[in-house]
Amino acid sequence: MQTYYPLFTAIPLAAAFLNLLLSKISMKVSDYIAFLVTGILAVMAVRMLFEAPFIYAVGNWRPPLGILLVSDGLSSLMLVIINVIGLLAVIFSMKYMTTYTAKPKYYSLFMLMIAGMNGVVITGDMFNLYVFLEIASIASYALVGFGTGKRELEASFKYLVLGGVASTAILFGIAFLYSITGTLNMPDLAQQLETIGMTRTVGFVVALFIMGFGLKASAVPFHAWLPDAHPSAPAPISAMLSGVLIKALGIYTIMRIMFNIIGQNELISAIIMFLGALSMVVGVLLAVGQSDFKRMLAYHSISQMGYVTIGVGLGLNPKIDPAVAALGLFGGLFHLVNHAVFKSCLFLCSGAFEYRTGTREKHEMGGLVRKMPVTSTTCSIASLSISGVPPFNGFWSKLIIILALIKAGYWIYGPIAVLVAFITLISFIRLQTGVMFGKLPEKFSGVKEAPFAMTLPLILLAILCLGIGIAYPWIDYGLLQAARDALLDKMAYMNYLIGG
Amino acid sequence: MDRLEQEIRDTSKGMTPIVKTITRFAIGIIVIFGAYIILYGHLTPGGGFAGGVILASSYVLLTLAFGKDMALSKMGNTAASILDNSGALAFVVIGLLGFTGGYFFYNFLPKGEQFQLFSAGFIPLLNIAIGVKVTASLFAIFMALSIFGRFIYQAAEGEERESEE
Repeated sequence: MQTYYPLFTAIPLAAAFLNLLLSKISMKVSDYIAFLVTGILAVMAVRMLFEAPFIYAVGNWRPPLGILLVSDGLSSLMLVIINVIGLLAVIFSMKYMTTYTAKPKYYSLFMLMIAGMNGVVITGDMFNLYVFLEIASIASYALVGFGTGKRELEASFKYLVLGGVASTAILFGIAFLYSITGTLNMPDLAQQLETIGMTRTVGFVVALFIMGFGLKASAVPFHAWLPDAHPSAPAPISAMLSGVLIKALGIYTIMRIMFNIIGQNELISAIIMFLGALSMVVGVLLAVGQSDFKRMLAYHSISQMGYVTIGVGLGLNPKIDPAVAALGLFGGLFHLVNHAVFKSCLFLCSGAFEYRTGTREKHEMGGLVRKMPVTSTTCSIASLSISGVPPFNGFWSKLIIILALIKAGYWIYGPIAVLVAFITLISFIRLQTGVMFGKLPEKFSGVKEAPFAMTLPLILLAILCLGIGIAYPWIDYGLLQAARDALLDKMAYMNYLIGG
Repeated sequence: MDRLEQEIRDTSKGMTPIVKTITRFAIGIIVIFGAYIILYGHLTPGGGFAGGVILASSYVLLTLAFGKDMALSKMGNTAASILDNSGALAFVVIGLLGFTGGYFFYNFLPKGEQFQLFSAGFIPLLNIAIGVKVTASLFAIFMALSIFGRFIYQAAEGEERESEE
């Protein structure tokens, strides 16, 4: 696998352009190309889990001269999330996207987005990271506006403008880093910054990065694009945006830069934890009053990403007991995986309901459990997971984060996290009663269960929700521990410069 | 009088015959300059992107001077899309061919002598691939934007006529 590491970006890139060429001959071929490509990528990503950390020099240019690709616990974890959810979203798209025109263009943009996210995750070069971040972002701007209705275009434009501002901030930050170190290679940057220390320039760079990557991760003061963008996109894209994109472009980059390049720092930790707490509270309070199914889920994404952010922020604090910091980071990473699973399941469920009923308004639906049992059951399982009901997966990760917060002595953040979990539960109980139970409206008496291509990803994701949750106390989560250790060990990351 | 002469004298489409005549002389030079920037990209400042923009600007000039139909007869929408995608695909494929040397984007071709046209391994090939892609996609973007422009223009013209009557 080591020899073929760059294929994670090369395959989807090549497939995106090949798809548009071949679709001029036959429209049907794009379904197969997309399925084949994401299938291969998912298998490759799962196989990557069994590899020891290594580096890859593109074009045989030794670091720090050439572009470096790094594989460690964290990037393997992210690759699995991106490519497995991507495969399920493609399976879902096969039927769902028949309601839109220009399916081949959709698949091409989808694969460009996958290529960008894979690139962000595998790269060890700062500018390379920026380029792949832009590929994924621009593809997602286009995908959000794919319906080309009034609301879709407005959301896409808003996302484009705010995303552009964030990208500019990130580019500025990279330029400042380059001006003080003279290198863009991330392990080399980490080494140089070790000797430079936290000067004012580095502090400014950190501020720019928190703003830029925080916007991509939709942390609260920068969240305005998300509640418009997620509901406007087609359902599989909402699942990808919420389940994967905000993690790969936002949280992953923040973790990689703050832990492995800048290093643990008390002030950065305090800022990130504050942003996390703010996201949790504001996101969930805004979510309660929403009547649009997908818009409510979008606000919950902000809130749930707050949990991840607060766990990551806790891990960044060098002043507290290292074991507690490691526990907080573990909880954050665990919640990141869980959120990817249950939130993509929920968004795909909303897509399945919309496909059959033609509406996303909660108050127009009702009693659908009798007509669409599979979709409703999977939706219930995912709702219970996100609300943190034992024994589903969301319960364990929230428990770990809350325990770590209390152990570290954060007596305000801990109870806030508990309270937010309660409000989330209330919000999702209202969703359940509104959509699945209660009286079936007259006009939906002829509604059927969603087609197999749409229920299959739902079933798989629901099994994952339940499986991860039930198995948690008995399984040693080596995968998450490897990701956590990769982040906490800055020394090991710097040593990738001389070949790991 | 050949077809081009007719196009130049035809005042209903595009700009005046003066602009059209100048365009006729200038366009060949622009294309040659763009091709030079692409082909000498590994030796002099410039390269695939810069040269591609110059080549695309020659099509833009053609559209401005002679109108949209003339430019589309030289490169249609489908042709632009095919060139665009095959340029990008060629770039990735050349990168993948690097695996013959063991690494992604490994420069597998002989490097040749410094400062000669045929040197630097696969870099001229990459420049050509980018050049084709940038030419086609910038032209396609310009055409996509001018679809909106043309419609609004006609509507405005119609209103003017109505007010005159």
